[in-house]
Amino acid sequence: MWDFCTNALDTAKLRGASYGDVRAMHLRQRDLTTKNGQVGTLAQSESIGIGVRVLANGAWGFASTDRLTREGVAACAAQAVSIAKASALAKRSNVVMAPEKAYVDSWQSPFRKDPLEIPLETQLALLLAADAEMCKVKGITLTETNMQFRKIDSWFASSIGSRIHQRKVISGCGIGATSFQGGEIQKRSYPNSFGGQHALEGYELVESLELMKHAPVIAGEAAALHAAAQCPEKFGTLILAGNQLGLQIHESIGHPIELDRVLGQEANFAGTSFLTLDQLNKLKYASSIVNVVADARLDHGQGLGTFAYDDEGVPAQCTDIIKDGKFRGYLSNRETAHLVGLDRSSGTMRTESWNRLPIIRMTNVSLLPGTWDYDDLIADTPDGILMDTNRSWSIDDRRYQFQFSTEIGWEIKGGKKARMLKNPSYSGITTEFWNSCDAICKFDDWTLWGTPNCGKGQPMQTMGTGHGAAPARFRNVRIGTAFSK
Amino acid sequence: MTSAPSARKKSGGETERAELLSPRELRGIIETVLRLAKSTEAVETEVHVDEVADALTRFANNGIHQNVFEHVVTVSVRTAAGGRTARATTNRLDQDSLRAAIEVSLSLAHNLPRDPKLLPMPGKQRYRKVNRFIKATAAVTPEDRARAVRLACDLAAKKGQVAAGIFSSGISQAAVGNSRGLFATYSETHSQFSITMQEDPAASWAKADSANVREFHPQKLAERASEKAHLAVKTQELAPGRYTVILEPAAVLDLVGFFFYDFAATAVQDKRSCLNDRMGKQLFGKNISIVDDVFHPLQKGAPFDGEGMPRQRVLVVDRGVPKNLVYSRASAKAARRKPTGHGFALPNEYGEAPMNLVFSGGESTVEKMVASTGRGLLVTRLWYIREVDPYEKVMTGMTRDGLFLVENGRVTSAVKNFRFNQSLIEMLRNVELMSPAVRATGEESFEMVVPAMKVRDFHFSEVTKF
Repeated sequence: MWDFCTNALDTAKLRGASYGDVRAMHLRQRDLTTKNGQVGTLAQSESIGIGVRVLANGAWGFASTDRLTREGVAACAAQAVSIAKASALAKRSNVVMAPEKAYVDSWQSPFRKDPLEIPLETQLALLLAADAEMCKVKGITLTETNMQFRKIDSWFASSIGSRIHQRKVISGCGIGATSFQGGEIQKRSYPNSFGGQHALEGYELVESLELMKHAPVIAGEAAALHAAAQCPEKFGTLILAGNQLGLQIHESIGHPIELDRVLGQEANFAGTSFLTLDQLNKLKYASSIVNVVADARLDHGQGLGTFAYDDEGVPAQCTDIIKDGKFRGYLSNRETAHLVGLDRSSGTMRTESWNRLPIIRMTNVSLLPGTWDYDDLIADTPDGILMDTNRSWSIDDRRYQFQFSTEIGWEIKGGKKARMLKNPSYSGITTEFWNSCDAICKFDDWTLWGTPNCGKGQPMQTMGTGHGAAPARFRNVRIGTAFSK
Repeated sequence: MTSAPSARKKSGGETERAELLSPRELRGIIETVLRLAKSTEAVETEVHVDEVADALTRFANNGIHQNVFEHVVTVSVRTAAGGRTARATTNRLDQDSLRAAIEVSLSLAHNLPRDPKLLPMPGKQRYRKVNRFIKATAAVTPEDRARAVRLACDLAAKKGQVAAGIFSSGISQAAVGNSRGLFATYSETHSQFSITMQEDPAASWAKADSANVREFHPQKLAERASEKAHLAVKTQELAPGRYTVILEPAAVLDLVGFFFYDFAATAVQDKRSCLNDRMGKQLFGKNISIVDDVFHPLQKGAPFDGEGMPRQRVLVVDRGVPKNLVYSRASAKAARRKPTGHGFALPNEYGEAPMNLVFSGGESTVEKMVASTGRGLLVTRLWYIREVDPYEKVMTGMTRDGLFLVENGRVTSAVKNFRFNQSLIEMLRNVELMSPAVRATGEESFEMVVPAMKVRDFHFSEVTKF
């Protein structure tokens, strides 16, 4: 692969590129699903190719190919330069990149059990057994399980001399039970909705989830939801389970801090951000107990946003986003860093695959643990609603106004978990919501949740991001809006 | 042997020089895989070959900031033996890699329990021809796109506005064949221009999508977005509530696009469709009729499904009554119906879906709808639409890039954006007027043929800050 990378960089330089970087990638993936006790999807795929990004005449060009021959790669690099020169016909100004050192390194994400080496028979047996447990529950009309494993090798080379090889192993797993009854569909998922939990781990992730223990519980809850009381409409105290809070962080903190959005580069599609440059170090984003970081380092955990280097060759970093409630930082790249007074990228350029341009992405954008024991938090809440596991999510294109609904809710009365509530939802304005946070649980209840399906960019790219969260409490939140008449 | 083809046609723009596989080469890859599979334990083999050569020029802040090209060929192999089937996909075309894909597919399938319901692969089929490969689109170059973008950006600068958007063009082709003699192939071109014009604090948007790049005019789209952005600069805040809305086609598309899984027979069999217990009943207004029709002149897409079955035109809603579902071969057998050619590539758990919905539409226009409205809201587009209640089909989302108050038959001011929580079933009962259906393009659904709609009692639940 290094020969192809060198070949591409040499060709790009010869054709007039002032800078070039190359990502050769080999992606391998296995997908397994079951539905109602039968195997649904069983597929394995691989994709290998090379993407070349160049600067010529002060503008960007990118081309990619899966023709991995000397001629194919050279043609691809030449094409990237031609495209860059076309870009220069309508450029606004010359691209300026923050300085970065050259790195020569090799890194592999840690895992104990290679998921692609675990016998398929073992994986299917677990899914089918969990599926069967859910099927046993009366009232369940649809059962679903899934596993997904990925192994990604990437070779990054740049014209400043970097040569970085990284290998990532990613696992994901989840189960769900649906009940249709009396003109109503209710669903419960474990450990999270939309595919479960995903992390930069091996098969040990699947084993840690204890699917067999949780399958009958969620199936029972799905069936029981039909008889549960409707979540009321009111302003009140809200406690979010960690899996829901992870998505709340993603949508109302992670996306607004992307500097490409802030600078209008996503205005046509993903949108912009209320976090204009004048807000940095001034905005009181959240209450003083709220601390949020964007941390791609392994020290933070094995999340979907963990790596050693980003796809621009910048080492993984930890950036303060919210410190004691104050807004402190953006996600930047080498092109945008200088616009916020930084002398270096925060290392957040990521690409879905070899045929996509790296763009600014969340890494692990996490709410740091607080000081509360979960039991104490519940006991300290005389009247509130606990919401668990996302069902729907939506936020405006500047990331102010949001609405989330969850699969299940629980009344908290007199400091105790009381009756089940169906169709829970809440809504608000981002900064008002985060400023109402008055309790965050300790590290014991903190999980680095994986969001595997974050879409951004044109052409669309899907990226996995990490979000550490522990249950937290918010005051005077608007509840029940989604079902208001 | 078809790997590493040597004589390829040059079908892309001058600069991109995408050398696509010829029809002979597409067929050759399939034949190679089928030949290699004969010496394995596979009883049946199916092969998909998909090729994409796509270019996209992206602009923001009145200049190009991203400009990309990709060329990908994937070969996907499904083997079946003894009631077991699995799929393996690769983008390596050499014989060893194709053989490896066959072996992976067999190895995966070997671990499965036998599925007594697994059908034998279909035999040779006949297909109605469609021609959606437009040479003018295939010939678009990065320079062509850059020139169009520059004109749009110049317009923005002249008006004191900021432009952002995309101009894309590309080619895709697909072939499917199997060991029972089925073979189908399809190619098409595609192009899109989308533009957001920003005039602080407002923005507006216009977008077009076509197989033929000559069917839309980037500059006209830019002018339209520019005018609407200027109109949207001064906004007033209205109270949430139920309003009569005039939904432009992009707004209609991004809502009704969420119906597409509901018309799948498998979704009904799984009891996750909003049509459960509602087939044959008067669910929508009598002015709503919907067909799925890949052959409609405004549609795109292959005339065959993931198993190579010919797509049929299906009347899914007749004057407000859900009449028919679409079927894969498996769901058709379960329901004792005929397959309609809407199945996804096997194995999968979703079955099928209508991918080419066409609404019957009406004879009104957006202008007439505005003129007929005492008080209402004109909606340019919607954003971040998600399902809140799967059975009542309650969707939430935001208005975006141009929401206008209509009073006494004319647009009087711009309005701060709303969040909606609206049942689509209820919405399609409340349609008062429709325009003729057009090929609409948005961001939440794939392109379909839908009209603009005037809808009463549309539910806005909250307002945002802009």
